[in-house]
Amino acid sequence: MRRRGNGAWRVVVLAVLGLYFLIPIAASVWYSSRSNGELTAEFYTGIPSAPGFAEAFGRSLTLAVLTVVISLLLMLPTMVLIDLRLPRLRSTVEILTLLPLVLPPIALVVGVRSVLAWAPDYFYGTPLADAFFALQEPSLPWILVLVYVVLALPFVYRALDAGIRSVDLKTLTEAARSLGASWPRVLVGVVLPVLRTSVLNAAFLTLALVLGEYTIAVILGFQTFPTWIVEIAGSQPQLSVSVSVLSLVVTWGLLLLISALDRRRAGKDS
Amino acid sequence: MEPGDLGLSTSTTPRRSRGRRAGLLAALGTVPFFGYLAVFLLLPIGVLAVEAFRATDPVTYQESWSTDSIVAVTDGAYRRAYLGSLQLSATTALLAAVLGLALAVAVLQAKRGRLLRRLVLTASGVLANFGGIPLAFAFIATIGTSGVVTALLGDLGVGLGGFSLYSMTGLGLVYLYFLVPLMVLTIVPALEGLRPQWREASDNLGASSWQYWRHVGGPVLAPPVIGATMLLFASAFAAYATARALVGSSVPLVPLQIADALSSNVLVGSENLGKALALGMVVLVGIVMVFYTWVQRRTQRWLQ
Repeated sequence: MRRRGNGAWRVVVLAVLGLYFLIPIAASVWYSSRSNGELTAEFYTGIPSAPGFAEAFGRSLTLAVLTVVISLLLMLPTMVLIDLRLPRLRSTVEILTLLPLVLPPIALVVGVRSVLAWAPDYFYGTPLADAFFALQEPSLPWILVLVYVVLALPFVYRALDAGIRSVDLKTLTEAARSLGASWPRVLVGVVLPVLRTSVLNAAFLTLALVLGEYTIAVILGFQTFPTWIVEIAGSQPQLSVSVSVLSLVVTWGLLLLISALDRRRAGKDS
Repeated sequence: MEPGDLGLSTSTTPRRSRGRRAGLLAALGTVPFFGYLAVFLLLPIGVLAVEAFRATDPVTYQESWSTDSIVAVTDGAYRRAYLGSLQLSATTALLAAVLGLALAVAVLQAKRGRLLRRLVLTASGVLANFGGIPLAFAFIATIGTSGVVTALLGDLGVGLGGFSLYSMTGLGLVYLYFLVPLMVLTIVPALEGLRPQWREASDNLGASSWQYWRHVGGPVLAPPVIGATMLLFASAFAAYATARALVGSSVPLVPLQIADALSSNVLVGSENLGKALALGMVVLVGIVMVFYTWVQRRTQRWLQ
């Protein structure tokens, strides 16, 4: 009897939240597929040729790939090393990597801006100033990559940590070492394949994060995909909504891909 | 450092010093990680903390130590912005925590609900990351001035009843769109940790549902629920993109004020004001985190 009574609130919760989450998506699709009351796909087909799209999206994609590569190069060896040799450092590394999760990005970027201002203020004419200016090249702003690596840390850490905890790296690496493999070979030939799903997971999450990041890019004054959407929204509101719908679909696709990979691997292991 | 030197060398040095050397080399391997964080996380925040106490003279452009910016951001419009940000993030975090918890429990308890469960979990994964700009535009298309639902309600003669998307309440409604899924994602593992045997044991002993949650489920879930709520709070407190795209700077929020201070080229010293505002955010988040660890420790001790 009691169980049946509990069923009602469950239906209410699912129905109300279901509507809340579906209506904005449905409304966005409706809004962006109509022109003068008629059904049209022009706001979707018009995206690739929209002024500035190719450049902004291409730049965001490049930034995303660079962020993924640097994050993995930085975190994978560190976390393997911590797991194998320095377990006492684990909690320190964990707290430090989770810090960007609670630290407001806008506060971080104000700090980054202050540091970048040292170049004209204090270092002018030195090689250091030239390096600072090179980081802020508008066509490929490396400074964004360097800050995005920090923002991606919590996600990369948790994805890799889940993988590392589920396998016995110690036995695997010792076996490989005793068979005469060098350390780089162990990393590429043993650790990377074992952690494949975690690495992919970390890469996809970072990709989604960078493609959607707005705060850092706009405060430092660089043109990326999200700042471009805001820019066109004033003159072409329907285009901005169609791009938003598409970016939702793409993120969904990426995450479904991860869970499919996860399940295939889980099926193989068991 | 060569990765091949990680201490498994076959030299004939006595075991003890070899172990020490290996430990030292292993520790050296963490230098890139700690170095990176020092430069790109701790240095910017440190600079913020120092330069918030600097002031530029409007006439001579001379810099000096001063608490002017710090004093300025604790009063007037800036004080309102802090209160607005705190109120918005606390309200939305608490609401999202309750709704997210209810949704997670509803989905996990559903019998034959494996499809529903996978659907809700993957959807949460997407929507929790679907923040910022696209979210703002989706809501503008829905209940903005020329939104689809706005038009529909207008045709029905109902109207929005004084509700505006471009207000604090409207912003809260939008924030829930990424906070509720975030709650579901972070709390599901904890809910799955509740053993069904505990519920069975409590049922067999004649306890009511309320008694089970009061004495068993609640105390076990309290620390993860408080932790998740703090995460939601931090997430709402930091949100900038959604607010910028929706309300410009008409609603008093700290991130909007910071951006305004930074982009103002007219006012000398507004850069320092931006730093002081940002430092205030860091300090507030820090206080919340200290409070959180204190509560965590209390509840854990109480559980033992």
